[in-house]
Formats: sequence, structure tokens, C-alpha cells
Amino acid sequence: MATLSPTSFTKNFNSSVDFPITSFQTFAIFGPKLKTEQTHFRLSTSFKGNRRVVDFENTTTVQTSLFTLTGVRTGSRLELKAMKESPGLTQKLDKNRLDRLTESENGCDLFQHLKHRFLRFKKHKFEENLGHFQNLAEGQAPKFMIIACADSRVCPSVILGFQPGEAFMVRNVANLVPPFEGGPSETNAALEFAVNSLKVENILVIGHSRCGGIRALMSMQDEVDSSSFIRSWVIVGKNASLNTKSAASHLGFDQQCKHCEKESVDHSLLNLLTYPWIEQKVAKGELSLHGGYYDFVDCTFEKWTLDYKGSNLGKNSRLPVKNRFYWC
Amino acid sequence: MASLEEAIEGLKKFLSNKDDVAVAQIEKLITGLQETDLNEFDPVKRIIEGFQHFKINKFDKHPELYEKLAEGQWPKFLVFACSDSRVCPSHILDFQPGEAFMVRNIANMVPAFDKLKYSGVGAAIEYAVSVLEVQNILVIGHSRCGGIKRLMTHPEDNSAPFDFIDEWVKIGLPAKVKVQAEFGDLPLEDQCKHCEKESVKLSLCNLETYPYVQMGLANKKLRLMGGYYDFVHGKFELLEFEPCFRHLFST
Repeated sequence: MATLSPTSFTKNFNSSVDFPITSFQTFAIFGPKLKTEQTHFRLSTSFKGNRRVVDFENTTTVQTSLFTLTGVRTGSRLELKAMKESPGLTQKLDKNRLDRLTESENGCDLFQHLKHRFLRFKKHKFEENLGHFQNLAEGQAPKFMIIACADSRVCPSVILGFQPGEAFMVRNVANLVPPFEGGPSETNAALEFAVNSLKVENILVIGHSRCGGIRALMSMQDEVDSSSFIRSWVIVGKNASLNTKSAASHLGFDQQCKHCEKESVDHSLLNLLTYPWIEQKVAKGELSLHGGYYDFVDCTFEKWTLDYKGSNLGKNSRLPVKNRFYWC
Repeated sequence: MASLEEAIEGLKKFLSNKDDVAVAQIEKLITGLQETDLNEFDPVKRIIEGFQHFKINKFDKHPELYEKLAEGQWPKFLVFACSDSRVCPSHILDFQPGEAFMVRNIANMVPAFDKLKYSGVGAAIEYAVSVLEVQNILVIGHSRCGGIKRLMTHPEDNSAPFDFIDEWVKIGLPAKVKVQAEFGDLPLEDQCKHCEKESVKLSLCNLETYPYVQMGLANKKLRLMGGYYDFVHGKFELLEFEPCFRHLFST
């Protein structure tokens, strides 16, 4: 298959040769003029064998609908099935009654699904806290900047309950912070904004268990595989993997990865200090740097704070920490 | 809601009360309020309370789900959203653990394929599409985006450059050019709003420059969507991106 060469948006639209033309279909505009459905949905999930069943339990009586989205892995393809059930109170759908829908029906249900979720947020959070959201619309003043992994299981808004306005958030593969000398990147652009414009008081880097990015880092041989983006990115954490291999070589690979997940957080905290404007604020006590580790196997959370003493921090020194907590 | 100062002033009015016991209690209250630093924020306390709430109300209540998620993730979505504290998709679209692989950066931008400059974004796309095999990519823009405003105002406003922010947001330059050409006569705020949406479209086009995305689209295993969250008016728009070839000529 021919590969399109990297191109820009302008080139797409100005070229006169046979070139992909894009079109956009606006499916819905959700706003105050739309009639809000009289439904409440509560998400509950269960697993039956290979299938993950997501149920929406209906908790009101009027005009109710029950949707179920299931994912079934067949070979390498995840197929979506959706079904609309007749009204009922707190009814959990029996998996044997699920019907298979065509691709097009599935697509429309997906959009309806997102629409319902937004309307539910609008009704139960936005409108019930209108004053707060109106204030937020004027500006944000978060106390935290969070750097977390893009992994679907570790959103800090869920696991640490950050509400709108509380945390400026960067999420990337393996929650890595590249050093200052690496040059511009999306992560340090966000750092610059959070620290210098928003003037956050805390930066929290959160690692997590069974991180695919850290596993890729630990699996790498010495040479960077230039054909892979993942490897080109996770190499940022190379020192963490080297430290791990020397300190934890007696452990099995899984345990080494766990060690590296935490080592990488410390490594990222050290990289934060390579930014002059971050180090200045930390030295003055205006900014605190914290590390965190979320273990979703045991549901535990560890947290520690960088104990900044400028004269003690060399390039390869262990991170001095204080206030280490472990919650389970 | 009264401010701290108003509360203290209100209490002082009761000091003329003839009841000595009441006066003593009021004086104690005033002293206590004066010593209170309402701006004191304990980040550690905030984190632990948040985690405890999650553990008790979510994790412990759905053991089967979390047991399965510990083994792996099968998210249906790859989501690109802004780092802005007000627009987390877990809130506005209620994404639950396991549902969405989520990248958050300034102005929710997706640059065109460039392994040297943009390995972070590329790594996320590669992982989500090739390894996790997500079926949907959703790019969500939002109102009053600081990153878009920076793109639209700098360097014309002669402000001092930001080392990293400016380098990043210039990914959106084609969107800025388009908006200025079409809506250059509108006030800045309206131009920014148009650019917030145009930048989402640009990001969707840039997604097409990644080989694994092209393959997913060609095999109809992947769909691309753009969203726009307006937190001023409480609205959400959703668009589906349909790349297609229009045959122009053949000889």
C-alpha cells in the first residue's frame, strides 16, 4: 500500500493533483435548546468470560432506555455490539439477549451514547454547579499540574477525583518528562504554560503498574529502533531503565518493570529540575514537586515529595524525598 | 457567602451584648477566625481524599471490572484533549477506567507525522492504533483555549516569546491562516473560537499522515471524530471525519 508522505493541512487544500479530500459531517449540536431526556444512567460493568459487558442501569421511571455496549475480541478485531432494551428499573442486561447490530447502526449508537453522556454531565454537574462553572469559564487557577500516563485505566480525574478547574493535566505514554536539553516538546510546552502562566503550586508525576511504555523501555536493546515511535519516545526514560537493571537485576522481568515504573517517576522529577524556571521556583518554595505511583492490581497509591536541597543534587544522585505515604 | 472579614465584622457587632459568657465565646470565635488562613491548601490531603473516595466508591464496588482491567486494557477510544483543567473528557463525556486511551497536551494538537520532532504524540498514536487497536480517535477542542489564543495573537502582539509554547502551538498555523483569511474582520474572541474548531479539523487531517491510521481508515477499522466543548454555554458538538478521494482526471 502506498504511503502518503507527511504533508501539511495547507498542501492538502491547495494541491491540484489527486489528493485526499476531506469532508466533515456534523452529527449533532448539543445545547440548551435540545430537549433533555428524562433518563439517568449509572455505569456498571461486569466481566463474563472473554467479554466485557458495560451496562447502563436505568434509575428513573419515565421514558427509559437501557443500552449495553459489549466488546468481544475475535482474533485481532474488537467488535462492538449494542442493543436497546425496553424500559425497566435498575435492570441489568442478560448477555444471552444481546443482538448483533450492523456497522452503521453501531456507529449511530456510539454518537447517541456520547451525546447521552454529555447531557448527563451537563445536567448533573454543569447546571447544578452553574456559578462555579461560570467562574471557571472566566479563567482557570489550578493548584496542580499532573503528568500521567495515557493508559485508559489511570485517569487522575477518576483515581484522585480531580474536579474541573483543579488540575492542569498532561498525559503521554509512560508519563515521561524529557529534560530541558532535549528541546521543545509537547510536555515541556505544557510545563512552561502551567508553571509560568498559571503558576501552579504543585507538579505531581504519577506512574502506574503494568505500564506498557515502561515495559517497552525495559525490553529495548541498546540501539534505538528507528522504525518505532514508541521506542523513539520511551528512550527519554533510558537512565531509569539503566538504574533499574543495575539495582534490580536479581528480580524477574515483571518486578524489574515495576521497579522501573517508580524509578522513572524519580527520573522525571529530576528532569523537571533541569528547567531553570522550575528549579528557581522550587528553591524559593513556590513550587513543590511530587511523585506518585498508582498500583491498580492492589488499588494502592504511594506518594512522595522532592526534598529540595540544591547542593545535594548531582546528575546521578538518588532523589532525596520526604513525606512518603502509602495508602491502601 | 460572606468573606472572612465580613464574618469577623458581623461578629464584632455582638460584642456589645451584656452576657459575659456570650461575649467571651464571640471573642474566641473572632480570634479563631483571624488566625484562620482560608487560602491554606494542603495538596497531600487533597490527593489522599481523592484516592480514598475512588477506592471506596469505585474500585471496591466493582471488583470484577478492576480485576479484568488489571490484566489489560481494551479501550474503544483514543482521545486527544487539551491539558486545560476544565475540560477533562472523563468528566464531560464520563469516560470510565478502561474506555479511553487519553493524550492531553496544549490545545489538543496532533502534529503531522515527524519521528524526530513529535515522537511523544506519535508513540501514543502508534500504541493506541497498532497495539491496543482502538476503533475510534476523537480530538476534542474547547472554548477559550489559551493555546489557541497564543497561536492567534503571537507574534503580532509583540509579546515576549515562550521557548516551548510557541514552538508547539505553531503546529496550528495552517488553521490560523485559514481563519484569518475567512474571518479576519471579526473580533479576536470570535476568530479564536473559529480557530479552536479549525484546529480540531487540522489535527484530524494530520492524523491521516500516520501510516497505521491510514491503514485503519482504509480497512474501515478506524473512525476519526472531532469534538468541541463550549464550557461557556454548556454545549458539545461532534463531527465525523470522512477522508475520501475525489477522482479529478485520468488519461
